[in-house]
Amino acid sequence: MSQLTQADPYDITVKSNGLRRRRIVEKVFGLAAVGSALLACGILVVVLGTLVFKGFSALSVDFFTKPRPLFGEEGGIADALVGSALIVGMAMLMAIPLSVLVAIYISEYARPKVARSLKVVLDVLNGVPAIVVGIFVFGILVVGNGQSAVYGAFALAILMLPMVARSTQEILEVVPRSLRDASFALGVTKWRTTWNIVLPAAIGGILTGVVIAVARVAGETAPLLFTTSIAASVVSADVSQALPTLPVTIFIFSESPDPGEQAAAWAAALVLIAFVLAMNVLAKLFAGRKRRQLEGS
Amino acid sequence: MTTYEQSVAPEVETDLRRRSIRLGDILFKGIAIAASLVATILLVWIAWKVLDLAWPAIQDFGLSFIWTEAWDPVTRDFGALIFIYGTVVTSLIALVIAAPLSIAIALFLTEIAPRRLAAPIATMVELLAAIPSVVLGLWGILVFGPWVRDHLEPWIQATPLGVLPIFSGEPSSSGIFTAALVLTIMIIPITSAICRELFIRVPQELKDGALALGSTRWEAIRGVVFTYAAPGIVAAVLLGLGRAFGEAIAVNQTIGNRNAIPTSWFEPGDSLGSKIASEYVGATSVEQASSILYLAAILMVISLATNVIAQFIVVRFERARRAV
Repeated sequence: MSQLTQADPYDITVKSNGLRRRRIVEKVFGLAAVGSALLACGILVVVLGTLVFKGFSALSVDFFTKPRPLFGEEGGIADALVGSALIVGMAMLMAIPLSVLVAIYISEYARPKVARSLKVVLDVLNGVPAIVVGIFVFGILVVGNGQSAVYGAFALAILMLPMVARSTQEILEVVPRSLRDASFALGVTKWRTTWNIVLPAAIGGILTGVVIAVARVAGETAPLLFTTSIAASVVSADVSQALPTLPVTIFIFSESPDPGEQAAAWAAALVLIAFVLAMNVLAKLFAGRKRRQLEGS
Repeated sequence: MTTYEQSVAPEVETDLRRRSIRLGDILFKGIAIAASLVATILLVWIAWKVLDLAWPAIQDFGLSFIWTEAWDPVTRDFGALIFIYGTVVTSLIALVIAAPLSIAIALFLTEIAPRRLAAPIATMVELLAAIPSVVLGLWGILVFGPWVRDHLEPWIQATPLGVLPIFSGEPSSSGIFTAALVLTIMIIPITSAICRELFIRVPQELKDGALALGSTRWEAIRGVVFTYAAPGIVAAVLLGLGRAFGEAIAVNQTIGNRNAIPTSWFEPGDSLGSKIASEYVGATSVEQASSILYLAAILMVISLATNVIAQFIVVRFERARRAV
């Protein structure tokens, strides 16, 4: 009798071992997924917590206003802050116009096949290791001319280009077709439509992409090592010379055995991460603005 | 007065206007095309220039440089094997740990977490990607490395895995294993973000269908989500791998910078990107400088190949999806 019920595949009242196994697998999967997410968040909290814990005590007014000390004296990172600001600023000037134009070509002009190939080109460019970009700029500019802040900015601009172009192109493609059609119907030319209608509609998204790219390259060390790393630790705005930067300063201090320099590295890292986080918050604000605008239209 | 002027030569005026309009359009399109050409040329130029820089070394050392295990500035013996080993092993360890974690995070965000919880957690994972590599490396060498040495590595040695030669020897704060774990942290956000995008795009009715047939959530994910997104997952993992191959700074800070292939993963070694980064102050001989450029060329070829394969999969995947 019991044999019969076990053999009957249509009897749904039978609790098979299979079901228990399936339930266990389901539980394990759920726990693994939750655990992985918690682990990632935990690592973020631990890293940020360590930075605040180790870096905060070294922060002072002097830390922001005085250049790097030579030997064990009190000092700060003013030279690196000025250098980083100038270099990232120049990189933005070089990369943003070009990136937006590339994005406009892909989304407004190019045939689908060309657009797809250009996107692949940008993605592959995005995958070139930062250190290789550094070697490239070293090879075409630094050899023969020596290091300079402009070359460092050029290397960062190469990294920014695919990031900004891709994010801008994606946002341009979300701008409703009807906006363009309405503009064309009024007899407005294509380039004026792009300039006066499409770009303003997408400005929030474009700024989001720009800000995230700025946050990324502001922390890049590898492309600067071969282009603007050997610099005097004085506050200078002469961009034709190599300037000290925040990431390179952290890099050099992090490998130093001197606890004083390690403390300075922590504080400098805290400043850098504060900037990066602020940029990310800004990006979220821009992204929210974009959504409201597109919803309004 | 004005009406008179307009009526005199309406054709000439509209013709002029039309021409200037056309000129604006042509000019704008031309600039946009030029910008796109610049981006394309830049990629080709980088590839060509780095190979060109390495060319004297390639001619000098030959291809055997790739499998020569040596780096001695005194005797001027140079080879890339030590660094290729370091790059490949650290990246593969990172990949093996990061891939399942990233997929699990993406599944948590898309399939399990309520929306109110998913958004902030997704933001936190994004922020993990925003930590600059030099900052993560600083944490890696001064905080994480010592913890790995004092707790994680002795624990692994105490498990049955400890008999393996790769887990032998004295635990150390900087080495292949520490660098691999730091790389893991770096690629988790990248891979999980791409996986999340993929999982979101799996049609809801397919998942609903599987659930309606009585499958558990995990079975629906395995049967529907994974099947649907498989090529994309492979591409996401390859993109993470490409990032791991190319990372120079955080690895440089944590791998220990020793010119040797260690038996144990707990011992220091070096990677391609890390070695190049170490030499920025200037190599001491012509051979050494050109060897560094050779290493850069090898690194570029490896990471370009990984990326191109990943892109190829993505393009084919999208074409197949459009066909459906």
